[in-house]
Amino acid sequence: MEESKGKEDPRIARISSSIRIIPDFPKPGIMFQDITTLLLDPKAFKDTIDLFVERYKDKKISVVAGIEARGFIFGPPIALAIGAKFVPMRKPRKLPGKVISEEYSLEYGTDKIEMHVGAVQEGERALVVDDLIATGGTLCAAIRLLERVGVTVVECACVIELEELKGREKLSDKPLFVLVSST
Amino acid sequence: MSSASDPRIPAIQSRIRVVPDFPKPGIMFQDITTLLLDPKAFKDTIDLFIERYQGKNISVVAGIEARGFVFGPPIALAIGAKFVPLRKPGKLPGEIISEDYTLEYGKDCLQMHVGAVKPMERALVVDDLIATGGTLCAAMNLIERAGAEVVECVCVIELPDLKGRERLKGKPLFVLLEAH
Repeated sequence: MEESKGKEDPRIARISSSIRIIPDFPKPGIMFQDITTLLLDPKAFKDTIDLFVERYKDKKISVVAGIEARGFIFGPPIALAIGAKFVPMRKPRKLPGKVISEEYSLEYGTDKIEMHVGAVQEGERALVVDDLIATGGTLCAAIRLLERVGVTVVECACVIELEELKGREKLSDKPLFVLVSST
Repeated sequence: MSSASDPRIPAIQSRIRVVPDFPKPGIMFQDITTLLLDPKAFKDTIDLFIERYQGKNISVVAGIEARGFVFGPPIALAIGAKFVPLRKPGKLPGEIISEDYTLEYGKDCLQMHVGAVKPMERALVVDDLIATGGTLCAAMNLIERAGAEVVECVCVIELPDLKGRERLKGKPLFVLLEAH
Protein backbone atom coordinates (compact mmCIF):
# COMPACT_ATOMS: atom_id res chain seq x y z
CA MET A 1 0.00 0.00 0.00
CA GLU A 2 1.05 3.60 -0.46
CA GLU A 3 2.38 6.01 2.10
CA SER A 4 2.44 4.84 5.67
CA LYS A 5 1.33 8.10 7.25
CA GLY A 6 -1.65 10.33 6.53
CA LYS A 7 0.57 13.37 7.08
CA GLU A 8 -0.74 15.38 4.14
CA ASP A 9 -4.42 15.06 4.92
CA PRO A 10 -5.89 18.34 6.19
CA ARG A 11 -7.86 16.53 8.90
CA ILE A 12 -4.68 15.37 10.64
CA ALA A 13 -3.82 18.73 12.23
CA ARG A 14 -7.03 18.85 14.25
CA ILE A 15 -6.70 15.20 15.24
CA SER A 16 -3.12 15.72 16.40
CA SER A 17 -3.92 18.84 18.41
CA SER A 18 -6.82 17.11 20.17
CA ILE A 19 -4.51 14.53 21.74
CA ARG A 20 -3.43 15.48 25.24
CA ILE A 21 -0.01 14.75 26.69
CA ILE A 22 0.14 13.84 30.36
CA PRO A 23 3.63 13.86 31.87
CA ASP A 24 4.76 11.15 34.29
CA PHE A 25 1.93 8.71 33.63
CA PRO A 26 1.75 5.81 34.40
CA LYS A 27 5.17 6.42 35.94
CA PRO A 28 7.78 9.21 36.12
CA GLY A 29 9.50 10.01 32.84
CA ILE A 30 6.71 8.79 30.57
CA MET A 31 4.88 11.40 28.46
CA PHE A 32 1.50 9.68 28.08
CA GLN A 33 -0.44 10.25 24.85
CA ASP A 34 -4.05 10.60 25.98
CA ILE A 35 -6.59 10.01 23.21
CA THR A 36 -9.61 10.58 25.45
CA THR A 37 -9.53 14.28 24.56
CA LEU A 38 -9.78 13.33 20.88
CA LEU A 39 -12.95 11.39 21.72
CA LEU A 40 -14.41 14.57 23.24
CA ASP A 41 -14.23 16.29 19.83
CA PRO A 42 -16.90 14.63 17.65
CA LYS A 43 -15.45 16.01 14.42
CA ALA A 44 -11.89 14.91 15.22
CA PHE A 45 -13.11 11.46 16.29
CA LYS A 46 -15.20 11.07 13.13
CA ASP A 47 -12.29 12.26 10.96
CA THR A 48 -10.01 9.70 12.66
CA ILE A 49 -12.38 6.86 11.81
CA ASP A 50 -13.00 8.19 8.29
CA LEU A 51 -9.26 8.23 7.54
CA PHE A 52 -9.01 4.54 8.42
CA VAL A 53 -12.25 3.59 6.64
CA GLU A 54 -11.18 5.36 3.44
CA ARG A 55 -7.95 3.39 3.47
CA TYR A 56 -9.45 -0.05 4.10
CA LYS A 57 -12.93 -0.18 2.66
CA ASP A 58 -12.09 -1.73 -0.68
CA LYS A 59 -9.32 -4.04 0.55
CA LYS A 60 -11.48 -7.14 1.24
CA ILE A 61 -10.80 -7.01 4.95
CA SER A 62 -13.14 -9.36 6.81
CA VAL A 63 -11.66 -9.02 10.32
CA VAL A 64 -10.84 -6.02 12.47
CA ALA A 65 -9.05 -7.16 15.62
CA GLY A 66 -8.90 -4.59 18.42
CA ILE A 67 -6.57 -4.71 21.40
CA GLU A 68 -8.10 -4.19 24.83
CA ALA A 69 -9.10 -1.62 25.88
CA ARG A 70 -8.46 1.44 23.70
CA GLY A 71 -8.44 -0.69 20.55
CA PHE A 72 -12.10 -1.39 21.40
CA ILE A 73 -12.89 2.30 20.85
CA PHE A 74 -11.38 2.60 17.35
CA GLY A 75 -11.81 -0.94 16.00
CA PRO A 76 -15.61 -1.37 16.04
CA PRO A 77 -16.47 1.83 14.13
CA ILE A 78 -13.99 0.80 11.43
CA ALA A 79 -15.38 -2.75 11.33
CA LEU A 80 -18.96 -1.50 11.06
CA ALA A 81 -18.12 0.89 8.22
CA ILE A 82 -16.21 -1.66 6.13
CA GLY A 83 -18.55 -4.60 6.83
CA ALA A 84 -15.99 -6.66 8.75
CA LYS A 85 -16.40 -8.56 12.00
CA PHE A 86 -14.85 -7.16 15.16
CA VAL A 87 -12.65 -9.48 17.22
CA PRO A 88 -11.59 -8.32 20.69
CA MET A 89 -8.09 -9.33 21.78
CA ARG A 90 -8.04 -9.37 25.55
CA LYS A 91 -5.99 -9.76 28.71
CA PRO A 92 -6.10 -13.23 30.27
CA ARG A 93 -9.34 -14.61 31.69
CA LYS A 94 -11.62 -11.93 30.29
CA LEU A 95 -12.96 -13.91 27.32
CA PRO A 96 -15.35 -16.72 28.27
CA GLY A 97 -15.12 -20.12 26.60
CA LYS A 98 -12.24 -21.50 24.55
CA VAL A 99 -9.35 -19.15 23.81
CA ILE A 100 -5.89 -19.22 22.31
CA SER A 101 -3.13 -17.26 24.03
CA GLU A 102 0.09 -15.59 23.00
CA GLU A 103 2.71 -14.56 25.51
CA TYR A 104 4.93 -11.54 24.98
CA SER A 105 7.78 -9.83 26.83
CA LEU A 106 7.54 -6.71 28.88
CA GLU A 107 10.44 -4.66 30.18
CA TYR A 108 10.24 -6.85 33.27
CA GLY A 109 8.41 -10.15 32.90
CA THR A 110 5.76 -11.22 30.41
CA ASP A 111 2.10 -10.63 29.62
CA LYS A 112 -0.47 -12.51 27.54
CA ILE A 113 -3.09 -11.66 24.99
CA GLU A 114 -6.06 -13.93 24.15
CA MET A 115 -8.51 -14.45 21.30
CA HIS A 116 -11.55 -16.71 21.01
CA VAL A 117 -11.14 -20.03 19.23
CA GLY A 118 -13.26 -19.88 16.07
CA ALA A 119 -13.53 -16.08 15.93
CA VAL A 120 -11.50 -16.03 12.73
CA GLN A 121 -11.11 -18.52 9.88
CA GLU A 122 -8.04 -19.53 7.92
CA GLY A 123 -7.59 -17.32 4.88
CA GLU A 124 -9.35 -14.25 6.27
CA ARG A 125 -7.74 -10.83 5.82
CA ALA A 126 -7.35 -8.82 9.02
CA LEU A 127 -6.41 -5.45 10.45
CA VAL A 128 -5.05 -5.10 13.97
CA VAL A 129 -6.09 -1.86 15.65
CA ASP A 130 -4.86 -0.08 18.78
CA ASP A 131 -4.77 3.56 19.81
CA LEU A 132 -0.98 3.68 19.90
CA ILE A 133 2.15 1.71 19.00
CA ALA A 134 5.06 2.04 21.45
CA THR A 135 7.56 -0.84 21.53
CA GLY A 136 5.29 -2.96 19.35
CA GLY A 137 5.23 -5.88 21.78
CA THR A 138 1.45 -6.12 22.10
CA LEU A 139 0.85 -5.63 18.38
CA CYS A 140 3.38 -8.31 17.58
CA ALA A 141 1.65 -10.76 19.90
CA ALA A 142 -1.70 -9.94 18.29
CA ILE A 143 -0.26 -10.56 14.81
CA ARG A 144 1.21 -13.90 15.91
CA LEU A 145 -2.13 -15.01 17.36
CA LEU A 146 -3.92 -14.31 14.07
CA GLU A 147 -1.20 -15.86 11.93
CA ARG A 148 -1.18 -19.02 14.05
CA VAL A 149 -4.72 -19.72 12.83
CA GLY A 150 -3.95 -18.93 9.21
CA VAL A 151 -5.20 -15.36 8.97
CA THR A 152 -3.38 -12.81 6.79
CA VAL A 153 -2.64 -9.64 8.72
CA VAL A 154 -2.91 -6.97 6.03
CA GLU A 155 -1.89 -4.02 8.19
CA CYS A 156 -1.65 -2.67 11.73
CA ALA A 157 -3.53 0.57 12.24
CA CYS A 158 -2.88 2.99 15.10
CA VAL A 159 -3.77 6.60 15.75
CA ILE A 160 -0.33 7.39 17.21
CA GLU A 161 3.21 6.06 16.74
CA LEU A 162 5.98 6.71 19.26
CA GLU A 163 8.78 6.65 16.69
CA GLU A 164 11.57 6.68 19.25
CA LEU A 165 10.55 3.28 20.58
CA LYS A 166 10.99 1.71 17.13
CA GLY A 167 7.87 -0.43 17.29
CA ARG A 168 7.72 -0.34 13.50
CA GLU A 169 10.95 -2.33 13.32
CA LYS A 170 9.54 -4.95 15.64
CA LEU A 171 6.69 -5.55 13.20
CA SER A 172 9.38 -6.35 10.57
CA ASP A 173 7.48 -7.16 7.39
CA LYS A 174 4.03 -6.14 8.55
CA PRO A 175 2.89 -2.73 7.32
CA LEU A 176 1.94 -0.13 9.89
CA PHE A 177 -0.37 2.80 9.21
CA VAL A 178 -0.58 5.67 11.70
CA LEU A 179 -2.16 9.10 11.61
CA VAL A 180 0.12 10.95 14.03
CA SER A 181 3.81 10.45 14.79
CA SER A 182 5.18 11.53 18.11
CA THR A 183 8.86 11.97 18.91
CA MET B 1 -38.57 -0.59 28.01
CA SER B 2 -37.38 -2.97 25.28
CA SER B 3 -37.90 -3.24 21.55
CA ALA B 4 -39.17 -6.80 21.47
CA SER B 5 -41.22 -6.19 18.36
CA ASP B 6 -38.47 -4.98 16.01
CA PRO B 7 -37.81 -7.61 13.31
CA ARG B 8 -34.04 -7.24 13.70
CA ILE B 9 -34.09 -8.42 17.32
CA PRO B 10 -34.40 -12.22 16.86
CA ALA B 11 -31.23 -12.39 14.77
CA ILE B 12 -29.37 -10.25 17.31
CA GLN B 13 -30.56 -12.48 20.14
CA SER B 14 -29.55 -15.64 18.29
CA ARG B 15 -25.99 -14.33 17.90
CA ILE B 16 -25.44 -14.02 21.63
CA ARG B 17 -23.71 -17.05 23.10
CA VAL B 18 -24.36 -18.30 26.62
CA VAL B 19 -21.26 -19.71 28.32
CA PRO B 20 -22.04 -21.73 31.47
CA ASP B 21 -20.02 -21.41 34.67
CA PHE B 22 -18.16 -18.24 33.70
CA PRO B 23 -16.57 -16.42 35.45
CA LYS B 24 -17.53 -18.84 38.21
CA PRO B 25 -19.75 -21.93 38.68
CA GLY B 26 -23.48 -21.26 38.43
CA ILE B 27 -23.23 -18.15 36.28
CA MET B 28 -24.62 -18.36 32.72
CA PHE B 29 -22.47 -15.74 31.00
CA GLN B 30 -24.05 -13.75 28.17
CA ASP B 31 -21.25 -13.48 25.61
CA ILE B 32 -21.72 -10.67 23.08
CA THR B 33 -18.47 -11.37 21.21
CA THR B 34 -20.32 -13.74 18.88
CA LEU B 35 -22.69 -10.88 18.00
CA LEU B 36 -19.65 -8.82 16.94
CA LEU B 37 -18.66 -11.61 14.54
CA ASP B 38 -21.83 -11.02 12.52
CA PRO B 39 -21.46 -7.66 10.74
CA LYS B 40 -25.16 -7.34 9.93
CA ALA B 41 -26.32 -8.19 13.44
CA PHE B 42 -23.75 -5.83 14.97
CA LYS B 43 -24.80 -3.04 12.61
CA ASP B 44 -28.49 -3.67 13.38
CA THR B 45 -27.72 -3.45 17.11
CA ILE B 46 -26.09 -0.06 16.70
CA ASP B 47 -28.79 1.14 14.29
CA LEU B 48 -31.52 0.33 16.83
CA PHE B 49 -29.78 2.59 19.34
CA ILE B 50 -29.03 5.36 16.80
CA GLU B 51 -32.66 5.45 15.66
CA ARG B 52 -33.76 5.96 19.25
CA TYR B 53 -31.29 8.72 20.18
CA GLN B 54 -30.74 10.72 17.00
CA GLY B 55 -32.20 14.20 17.25
CA LYS B 56 -32.62 14.03 21.05
CA ASN B 57 -29.92 16.58 21.80
CA ILE B 58 -27.61 14.03 23.41
CA SER B 59 -24.10 15.47 23.63
CA VAL B 60 -22.41 12.73 25.71
CA VAL B 61 -22.24 8.97 25.33
CA ALA B 62 -20.46 7.47 28.34
CA GLY B 63 -19.29 3.86 27.97
CA ILE B 64 -18.33 1.51 30.77
CA GLU B 65 -15.01 -0.32 30.39
CA ALA B 66 -14.52 -2.53 28.51
CA ARG B 67 -17.55 -3.84 26.60
CA GLY B 68 -19.25 -0.45 26.79
CA PHE B 69 -16.30 0.75 24.67
CA VAL B 70 -17.49 -1.51 21.84
CA PHE B 71 -21.08 -0.20 21.68
CA GLY B 72 -20.71 3.40 22.88
CA PRO B 73 -18.37 4.93 20.28
CA PRO B 74 -20.37 3.87 17.19
CA ILE B 75 -23.48 5.41 18.77
CA ALA B 76 -21.59 8.60 19.69
CA LEU B 77 -20.15 8.95 16.19
CA ALA B 78 -23.53 8.53 14.52
CA ILE B 79 -25.39 11.03 16.72
CA GLY B 80 -22.55 13.59 16.86
CA ALA B 81 -21.91 13.23 20.60
CA LYS B 82 -18.61 12.96 22.41
CA PHE B 83 -17.56 9.60 23.82
CA VAL B 84 -16.50 9.48 27.48
CA PRO B 85 -14.83 6.30 28.75
CA LEU B 86 -15.63 5.29 32.33
CA ARG B 87 -12.78 3.18 33.62
CA LYS B 88 -11.42 1.01 36.41
CA PRO B 89 -9.03 2.77 38.78
CA GLY B 90 -5.60 3.80 37.59
CA LYS B 91 -6.33 3.64 33.85
CA LEU B 92 -7.27 7.26 33.10
CA PRO B 93 -4.32 9.68 33.20
CA GLY B 94 -4.65 13.15 34.72
CA GLU B 95 -7.39 14.47 36.98
CA ILE B 96 -10.28 12.12 37.64
CA ILE B 97 -13.35 11.75 39.84
CA SER B 98 -14.09 8.37 41.43
CA GLU B 99 -17.25 6.60 42.45
CA ASP B 100 -17.13 3.55 44.73
CA TYR B 101 -19.80 0.88 44.50
CA THR B 102 -20.51 -2.39 46.28
CA LEU B 103 -20.17 -5.87 44.82
CA GLU B 104 -21.56 -9.13 46.16
CA TYR B 105 -18.32 -9.38 48.14
CA GLY B 106 -16.34 -6.18 48.56
CA LYS B 107 -16.16 -2.94 46.58
CA ASP B 108 -15.14 -1.66 43.19
CA CYS B 109 -14.60 1.79 41.75
CA LEU B 110 -15.32 3.60 38.48
CA GLN B 111 -13.52 6.76 37.30
CA MET B 112 -14.17 9.59 34.85
CA HIS B 113 -11.98 12.47 33.68
CA VAL B 114 -12.57 15.86 35.27
CA GLY B 115 -13.89 18.18 32.58
CA ALA B 116 -15.01 15.45 30.18
CA VAL B 117 -18.64 16.19 30.92
CA LYS B 118 -19.96 19.73 31.45
CA PRO B 119 -22.95 20.85 33.54
CA MET B 120 -26.31 20.67 31.78
CA GLU B 121 -25.13 18.23 29.12
CA ARG B 122 -27.49 15.39 28.20
CA ALA B 123 -25.88 11.96 28.46
CA LEU B 124 -26.43 8.29 27.75
CA VAL B 125 -24.65 5.59 29.76
CA VAL B 126 -23.86 2.49 27.71
CA ASP B 127 -22.81 -1.04 28.65
CA ASP B 128 -23.31 -4.42 26.98
CA LEU B 129 -25.43 -5.78 29.82
CA ILE B 130 -27.20 -4.77 33.05
CA ALA B 131 -27.14 -7.34 35.86
CA THR B 132 -27.49 -5.98 39.41
CA GLY B 133 -27.16 -2.39 38.18
CA GLY B 134 -24.29 -1.55 40.53
CA THR B 135 -21.86 -0.43 37.83
CA LEU B 136 -24.51 1.52 35.89
CA CYS B 137 -25.56 3.27 39.09
CA ALA B 138 -21.96 4.29 39.78
CA ALA B 139 -21.64 5.53 36.20
CA MET B 140 -24.82 7.60 36.54
CA ASN B 141 -23.51 9.12 39.76
CA LEU B 142 -20.30 10.22 38.04
CA ILE B 143 -22.22 11.95 35.26
CA GLU B 144 -24.58 13.65 37.71
CA ARG B 145 -21.73 14.79 39.94
CA ALA B 146 -20.38 16.62 36.91
CA GLY B 147 -23.72 18.44 36.68
CA ALA B 148 -25.00 16.65 33.60
CA GLU B 149 -28.28 14.81 33.09
CA VAL B 150 -28.49 11.09 32.43
CA VAL B 151 -31.23 10.84 29.82
CA GLU B 152 -31.21 7.03 29.63
CA CYS B 153 -29.12 3.96 30.41
CA VAL B 154 -28.56 1.79 27.36
CA CYS B 155 -27.72 -1.92 27.23
CA VAL B 156 -27.96 -4.72 24.72
CA ILE B 157 -29.08 -7.26 27.36
CA GLU B 158 -30.95 -7.07 30.67
CA LEU B 159 -31.02 -9.82 33.29
CA PRO B 160 -34.38 -8.84 34.77
CA ASP B 161 -34.23 -11.46 37.56
CA LEU B 162 -31.40 -9.43 39.12
CA LYS B 163 -33.62 -6.31 39.28
CA GLY B 164 -30.92 -3.93 38.13
CA ARG B 165 -33.59 -1.59 36.76
CA GLU B 166 -34.61 -0.77 40.33
CA ARG B 167 -31.11 0.44 41.13
CA LEU B 168 -31.13 3.22 38.56
CA LYS B 169 -32.73 5.86 40.84
CA GLY B 170 -35.76 6.13 38.59
CA LYS B 171 -33.76 6.74 35.42
CA PRO B 172 -35.05 5.06 32.26
CA LEU B 173 -33.34 1.94 30.94
CA PHE B 174 -33.48 0.87 27.31
CA VAL B 175 -32.46 -2.66 26.33
CA LEU B 176 -32.82 -4.69 23.19
CA LEU B 177 -33.40 -8.05 24.85
CA GLU B 178 -33.82 -9.87 28.13
CA ALA B 179 -32.10 -13.03 29.29
CA HIS B 180 -33.25 -15.30 32.09
